Amino acid sequence: MIHTPHVDWFAISTMLVLLGASFVALLSAVLVPAGARRPFAATVSGLGFTGGLITSIWLYATSAHGHLVVSGAFYRDRWTMLTQIIICGIGLVTTLLGAEQIARPHNDHIAEFFSLLLACAAGMTFFVGSANLMVMFLSLEWFSIALYVLCAIDYNVEGSLEAGLKYLIIGSFGSAALLFGSALVYGATNRIDFAGIAANGHSNDSLLVLGLAMIITGLGFKSSSAPFHMWTPDVYEGAPTTVTAFMSAATKVAAFALAFRLLRTAFPAEEHLWSWAFAGIAVASLAIGNLAALVQRNIKRMLAYSSISHAGFLLIGLSAGSALGGRALLYYLIVYSAMAFGSFAVVAARERELGEAVTLDNLAGFGWERPFLGVAMWFFLFGFAGLPLGGGFVAKFYVLSAAYKHGWAWLVIVGVVFTLISLYYYLAVVRAMYMRPSEELRLAPVAGGSPPREPLLHVAVGIALLVSVGSLFAVGPVLDLTKHAVAALPF
Amino acid sequence: MTVGDFTSLLIWLPIGAAVVIWALPLSRYATGSLAVLVSLAEVGLWIEQAARFDFSHGGVQFQQKATWIDDLHVSYHVGELAFSLWFVGLTVVCMAACTAYGFWVGRERPRAYFGLMLFLTGATVGVFVAQDLLLFYAFFEAMLIPLYVLVGVWGGPGRLGATVKFVIYTMAGSLFMLAALIAYGVHVGTFDMLSGPISSSRWIFLGFMLAFAIKSPLFPFHGWLPDAYRQSPPEVAAVLSGVIAKAGLYGMLRIAIPFFPDPASYYRTLFMALGALALVYGSLLAFRAPDLRGVVAYSSLAQSGLIAIGLFSGTTLGFDGAVLQIVAHGFVSTALFLIAGTVERRTTTDQFALLGGMARGRPALATLLLTTGVISLAVPGSAAFAGEFLILAGAYQRAWWWAAIGAGAIVLAAMYMLRLISAVLHEARGSTVADEALDLRAGELALIVPLVATLLVLSAWPAGITHHTGTSVVQTSSVTP
Repeated sequence: MIHTPHVDWFAISTMLVLLGASFVALLSAVLVPAGARRPFAATVSGLGFTGGLITSIWLYATSAHGHLVVSGAFYRDRWTMLTQIIICGIGLVTTLLGAEQIARPHNDHIAEFFSLLLACAAGMTFFVGSANLMVMFLSLEWFSIALYVLCAIDYNVEGSLEAGLKYLIIGSFGSAALLFGSALVYGATNRIDFAGIAANGHSNDSLLVLGLAMIITGLGFKSSSAPFHMWTPDVYEGAPTTVTAFMSAATKVAAFALAFRLLRTAFPAEEHLWSWAFAGIAVASLAIGNLAALVQRNIKRMLAYSSISHAGFLLIGLSAGSALGGRALLYYLIVYSAMAFGSFAVVAARERELGEAVTLDNLAGFGWERPFLGVAMWFFLFGFAGLPLGGGFVAKFYVLSAAYKHGWAWLVIVGVVFTLISLYYYLAVVRAMYMRPSEELRLAPVAGGSPPREPLLHVAVGIALLVSVGSLFAVGPVLDLTKHAVAALPF
Repeated sequence: MTVGDFTSLLIWLPIGAAVVIWALPLSRYATGSLAVLVSLAEVGLWIEQAARFDFSHGGVQFQQKATWIDDLHVSYHVGELAFSLWFVGLTVVCMAACTAYGFWVGRERPRAYFGLMLFLTGATVGVFVAQDLLLFYAFFEAMLIPLYVLVGVWGGPGRLGATVKFVIYTMAGSLFMLAALIAYGVHVGTFDMLSGPISSSRWIFLGFMLAFAIKSPLFPFHGWLPDAYRQSPPEVAAVLSGVIAKAGLYGMLRIAIPFFPDPASYYRTLFMALGALALVYGSLLAFRAPDLRGVVAYSSLAQSGLIAIGLFSGTTLGFDGAVLQIVAHGFVSTALFLIAGTVERRTTTDQFALLGGMARGRPALATLLLTTGVISLAVPGSAAFAGEFLILAGAYQRAWWWAAIGAGAIVLAAMYMLRLISAVLHEARGSTVADEALDLRAGELALIVPLVATLLVLSAWPAGITHHTGTSVVQTSSVTP
């Protein structure tokens, strides 16, 4: 007879809700008539993410004392639950965006899109709570495979299939590195649970150190940090913009939240190694992301490089390794994911209007033509640049303070210098939107007439704007959330 | 408790009005009227505060404080020192005049325009009343955002290059200030300007000073200045030189000198020398500039240099003179840029080669330009004379040759200002000056006359400011000579 462990079903209810919704959405692909498929699947997805939000908020409220559940495989604590809330929130706004944007004009695979989106988010919510290397790897593959397919879902669009394939190949390489690293760590410590690794590891054990390095490499691929970023611009550019918006926000949240927990819990004795490693990766990401973004004309590619540079800022918080660094990381993730999602959503609107890739040239006049989206983009870009128009300002201040408190004044200077460089390309977008008249370029919307109304897209962008601006004024409440979350980790 | 106690209102009233203007589809006329009304309400609020300010008491008044980021001890803390009150007064009056000027000339896209002008008002007031370093920094940066768009959208043909240069220069300075304030605040455990201790770190001091030297600007950080002043719409150029640039000088007076007394005296010679260079070099460039705005732009550089000499002389006379000179020059350059705007509207140009003879048949224009010009060249009895005299007296206490350089530059000021007046008003009639070009209209007079009248009042009673600067709080033991 097989011994089954006690399962705290409530602790994993977020995943169950999302998976259930995913299943229903998938069934609707065959059971619901084609005409009703888009609204049906979108509603299921919206309900699924709302349910996920409710359960994760409920769990956040009731998990003040973090503990392991399902025979030590999963953390039920506020760190997990806060990241789950963020991921479900991103999923919800992605649903709004996808309901209007994905699979136009033929409705091909619309139900599959929502099914995959829900499954992907379920994988991520599992990933951020994983308590051992096995669960970590399984859930990583789980959400990665969903993402590979999502990238290729608009196979009529040139580049979508290519993006999916490229992500699959390079992503697998990253997963392989992570798996190999996990094996080495297991070999060195004889344990796969995070706490056990910390208890049995010796930081002078070269096997363990090599394993740690490979795990960092694998997570570097997922978080698109340089020098593991090569896939990012191509995939972000080729994938449907809705998917890019989801991926740029949610994948970063999952990868960084897990990375911080893993390093704090499993490798606290090696902090002197990984904090330097991450500081190095941070500098590389800041340098490559910002410098490459300077020369981009295609907005999606530019935002992709910008996301690499923000990985650099997140890594500054990560490398500080302290409770302050953890809070800075979470705060930054909340603000960044709102801004990243929002900016890609605005790009999606322009892309649909023009029927072609959005570049700095064909953005001309956009700000005046569609004032709300223009102003929102303005806020996102200035927020990315760390100007005090939103939480991006506090986020940057916070990670840099964490780095300074860690004793790394040089990292503060590096961060500041690259922020300055980043201004150039963020302002280039604002310049294109507002300061160059569209008549100058004689562009007309392909469809003719006024652009599509897109009420859901406006709601999604509005939510992103609210989070990114609101987090500047409501710093206190947001920081309290992150403070409780960080309290779940060992320091 | 009256409405004047709420210093925050001075910041958030215009910003709130900006949001309202952006959100509601008001007509051009309604938008402009609302913006002008709000900026006049700001002036009213300020008068209420000035009337109730207790100058004998000293220290920060009308304080409001709330926690912002508690684990790093950052707070939303606003309040006014005596000299902040003068800076705020300068801001609200000049911004009201410039907003009204925008309404008068009928700027395109009025909702965006007036929203940004109001946002700029709120952010600038925020700089002068913030009593927390991060809050100060946030407002310091926030000023840049509306300015960037105001110059970039409503500016002249070379606006795109000008904005890039302006933003990159300014941000280069302020980001190093961010690094410096993180280093200071995290190290001492508070960002509050009232409870923060003094520091002797030279690096942190230089980080702050870089930002302030670019904003003011001082030589050699003035590269952004000529393009920005020439390509902006005239009222934005007026705001830039009259108000925004003063934020850099305010930063020196409020942060760099009082918080870092040892580094400030260590680098005294350096910054006085940079000020003197800006003064002499700016004056020479102003004398050579071929256009009206060029002269005013470079004279602003020269004046910033002079004021920096006063501040870094570290003497009571220097501080008081600097505060007076900041206010006087703020009004002078706002008035001059607005007059330049009216000249450009009549002639389409501000090149001296194409101007001339405008005094004939245009008495109001001639009188206002002449009055402002004469005050600006520091003729004895004017507010600028009082300010410059105090600055030079303060510099003289430090060493006689600082005063000699300053006095020499005042002669240069007379030369470039008289050249400007004669090139625009007198000489032969310029090719672009048509007989039909009217004198200043009632609307324009309503904007410029109050500015000039304020200058005349200050000329008559400079002690109104110099006896109420409250700069004694700035001077810690090691700065006094």
